[in-house]
Amino acid sequence: MLEIRELYKTFNIGTINEKHALNGVSLKLNPGDFVTVIGGNGAGKSTMLNAVAGVWPADSGMILIDGEDISGKSEYQRAKFLGRVFQDPMIGTAADMSILENLALAARRGQRRGLRMGVTRAEISKYKEALYSLGLGLEERLTTKVGLLSGGQRQALTLLMATIQRPKLLLLDEHTAALDPKTAAKVLSLTRQLVNENKLTALMVTHNMKDALQYGNRTVMMSDGRIIVDIDRENKMRLKVDDLLRLFETHSGSALVNDRMLLG
Amino acid sequence: MLEYFASLKFPALMNNCTGAVGQGLIWGLLALGIFLSFRMLNIADMTVDGSFATGGVVCVMLIIGGWNPNAALIVSFFAGLICGAITGLLHAALGIPEILSGILTQFALYAVNLNILGKANQTLPIVKQRDLLFRANTDFLPRTILITAVFVGVVIAVLYWYLNTEHGSGLRATGINEKMARAQGINTKAMKVIGLALADGLVALSGGIYSQFYGSADINIGRGAIVIGLASVIIGDVVCHAIFRKRMNLLLRLVFVVVGSIIYYIVQAFVIWLKLPSDDMKLLIAIVVALFLAVPNLKQARLASFSGLARRNAKLQEQKGGEGNA
Ligand SMILES: Nc1ncnc2c1ncn2[C@@H]1O[C@H](COP(=O)(O)OP(=O)(O)O)[C@@H](O)[C@H]1O
Ligand SMILES: [Mg+2]
Repeated sequence: MLEIRELYKTFNIGTINEKHALNGVSLKLNPGDFVTVIGGNGAGKSTMLNAVAGVWPADSGMILIDGEDISGKSEYQRAKFLGRVFQDPMIGTAADMSILENLALAARRGQRRGLRMGVTRAEISKYKEALYSLGLGLEERLTTKVGLLSGGQRQALTLLMATIQRPKLLLLDEHTAALDPKTAAKVLSLTRQLVNENKLTALMVTHNMKDALQYGNRTVMMSDGRIIVDIDRENKMRLKVDDLLRLFETHSGSALVNDRMLLG
Repeated sequence: MLEYFASLKFPALMNNCTGAVGQGLIWGLLALGIFLSFRMLNIADMTVDGSFATGGVVCVMLIIGGWNPNAALIVSFFAGLICGAITGLLHAALGIPEILSGILTQFALYAVNLNILGKANQTLPIVKQRDLLFRANTDFLPRTILITAVFVGVVIAVLYWYLNTEHGSGLRATGINEKMARAQGINTKAMKVIGLALADGLVALSGGIYSQFYGSADINIGRGAIVIGLASVIIGDVVCHAIFRKRMNLLLRLVFVVVGSIIYYIVQAFVIWLKLPSDDMKLLIAIVVALFLAVPNLKQARLASFSGLARRNAKLQEQKGGEGNA
């Protein structure tokens, strides 16, 4: 599935703000892995996901999807393999377009966009059904502009858009961090539902330790642009949040003290 | 005073208005191009002052050279495509900011246009003017208006169709949210280049028809085209919203871009009829466009602004102070 090999990325090279954000990070996912990613602020979690998504070229290292090196492809070319949901609910959708148009755009991810109709009648029932499974009543509002939806609704729609054309890898970067706790829980359970139904491989960054343990079959910890701990399914079931914090301390040499993480 | 009013002839106004409808329709094509770049791609394309003139000079020189006037218009369109693509590439391939890319192309086009034209102004020989479809001459004006209206109608239909295709939806998404568009696999750089090319193609086509309409081309015909186009788009938006409110859709918006352009020229005809100095109209139009572009921001500011909050808080403190003393 996904394999990251010795990836390096330095921002602002040669300036006073030089930052080694990725220090040879390596990670291999097996098909069907749902990996949660944790780590302190600035550990390089978002940077790792952005490197995979191709927001900018990495300095060195390889990114393989199903054995094919995609590190030379640009962001829009990689989109074919990836579904993405961002922290900011505004980023994942086009506000001035309808729910229907947004879904139709996403359904064509990775295909050549020609002069056929952007939305066909035949698709509509498919989208209605998919929206119905979200349980938010969005199937009744197909022609509503996405800009009129709440953050949680937009994030749920972005999730659906990310998965409607089955991606080889789903990238979730703190996609519930901007939502209130109740909505966040709802979006998280939707995430699990969509990942299970479609048997997706996923990388989910979260700052919430409980969520990190509760969701997925594997958890990795990042520090200083590297993965320092990799916890498999069996260990994950045994661990509590406290154990997680202690693990982090022993492996990184510093405490993972962060109110956001403890309270979240 | 009385003399002034006596000098205003109503038939002359009617005449001016008919001419204005013709002009409005022709500039409506330019406005549709600006709608595409400004409203759909969210780029203020400064190329248009140059590409409008390019369309005009190419058309006139080809007709003088013996070309069929309609074939010449097709060449004008393609010349515009190239102008827009250059602006697009300056931005997408070389990373120059959009506005500056447009200004650079426009600046360069002045030299190009002057070279094509050979001198600052070329008039079509009368014999050549006979077989033009678009003529300002009053005898032909109604026919010109009809032909232009049909032509503009076809362009609107094609644009509406295109913007609803997969490619057109991708272009709209690029204008609304580039990050989202890329995440959905849309080549946003290519979209901008193609969109700007199409937009300037329409602008040059408008310039070509305009030069046929007046039977001449001048190196300066494009001056201020961007503002006239923006004004048309904005007037169209405001009128369309006032009439249709929530029922406003893409097709209506496209139609009202041209309506906006016609309104612009009717207002101008009226100003000229009132014998007001028509060059001052540029000042007026600039103010109106600035106002309308500011309206959405001002509305926002009315709901939430630093100075407003400071004033309310000052008032509260004052009241509290007053109570304390009592
Ligand atoms: N585009 C960028 N330009 C400059 N610095 C960046 C950029 N993206 C991330 N960084 C820096 O890289 C480091 C890692 O950031 P990030 O991956 O966002 O951390 P997190 O683990 O909290 O998601 C931080 O110090 C951040 O400031
Ligand atoms: Mg982050």
